[in-house]
Amino acid sequence: MDALLKEYFPILVFIGIAGGLSIVMILASLVAGPQKPDPEKLSAYECGFDPFVDSRGRFDVRFYLVSILFIIFDLEVAFLFPWAVSLGDIGVFGFWSMMIFLGVLTVGFVYEWKKGALEWE
Amino acid sequence: MVDASPMTGTEMMVELALIVAKILAIVVPLLIAVAYATLLDRKVWAMMQLRRGPNVVGIFGLLQPFADGLKLLTKETIIPAGANKGVFLLAPVLTFTLAMIAWAVIPFGDGLVLADINVGVLYLFAISSLGVYGIIMGGWASNSRYPFLGGLRSAAQMVSYEVSIGFVIITVLLCVGSLNLNDVVKAQEHVWFAIPLFPMFVVFFISALAETNRPPFDLPEAESELVAGYQIEYSSMSFALFMLGEYANMILMSAMTAILFLGGWQPISIFGLLDWIPGPIWFLGKIFAVLFVMCWVKATVPRYRYDQLMRLGWKVFLPLSLFWVVLTAGVLVGFGWLPVKG
Repeated sequence: MDALLKEYFPILVFIGIAGGLSIVMILASLVAGPQKPDPEKLSAYECGFDPFVDSRGRFDVRFYLVSILFIIFDLEVAFLFPWAVSLGDIGVFGFWSMMIFLGVLTVGFVYEWKKGALEWE
Repeated sequence: MVDASPMTGTEMMVELALIVAKILAIVVPLLIAVAYATLLDRKVWAMMQLRRGPNVVGIFGLLQPFADGLKLLTKETIIPAGANKGVFLLAPVLTFTLAMIAWAVIPFGDGLVLADINVGVLYLFAISSLGVYGIIMGGWASNSRYPFLGGLRSAAQMVSYEVSIGFVIITVLLCVGSLNLNDVVKAQEHVWFAIPLFPMFVVFFISALAETNRPPFDLPEAESELVAGYQIEYSSMSFALFMLGEYANMILMSAMTAILFLGGWQPISIFGLLDWIPGPIWFLGKIFAVLFVMCWVKATVPRYRYDQLMRLGWKVFLPLSLFWVVLTAGVLVGFGWLPVKG
């Protein structure tokens, strides 16, 4: 077993145990609890009446916008991680390179803000 | 480093048994802690409103969490007719599993950690990012109006605050120069990061509330408008798993706050007077303190409106934390205070 595998192997076992535990808990409740389904019980909850529209209809486009913005900024954070750890070694040059990158992203951020992409009402 | 001699079968079994024992030593106390976190939440909330809270089952209601668990276990598991059954059941399993496995890299004491990987912070960040899948899967698979809206809201809220959490973590990393959580704690031997990075500490704590859907950011389950958000169609143990996952995440976020800003297992140094108390006790004490503040906030702050929530995340926390990253990096580079690896 090489060192990397050795470090991550406990996590793999942990995933197995945690996943197994949760599946056992659900199965235990299926066994322990009474199972008497009927059509009314299994219908979608909507305060007593039948749903008017399909639940998977259209939704606000802004949720989509937020997720796109999130991807941009989360990638930025992902770039920053190795930079932050090694800044001591790359020094002033590394610092200014990242500042230019952040500057470009800030321009984009200001543009979004002015365009109203961050407005909710 | 490659192990020259291949392990024999028995050695591997012993190794595996040891790992399993360590994992159980984390999972079992964690589950008990989660159970009592629900009680703590209710008790603190009750006391702040001059009520008694749960006090019937056991003394001071100490057996209440177990009574709740048993009750949920013996209830019927309802899977709605219109639901995608596989995804519907997978969602709570995923939420619970993710909330558990994050603890693999948390250092409880000096080197007292299950998997001492050198990218611990990145691992935690990745696991807490994945948390959103359980919620959006549950909301989608229920095939019902309220869970769908609740799931959408929750996903948007969680990803919004994750960005500022990311930037806050970067400021800490700049001061540490390592992604290993044990190193993060060791770097705070002289001063906790909560002091030089105080604004980021506040941003992190508030973002943690939003990330775990705690009040005042509990919009996904805002009971007055969305009934219970993505959890509506869930019952019995599948609901309990969501609940356990949520509280485990709360404790995890408290632990992250303690590690990143409050010196983890480092003792509070008053001329070395309290140094005899072991590290894990300090760590648990700090987790408890943060957890208490989380419950306190629930009792005192009214719920945010959704537009206010998004405004706070994108227009206040994001620019502020981004600015602080630049400021911290600038100060560290300018004064030559950066941690250099030997």
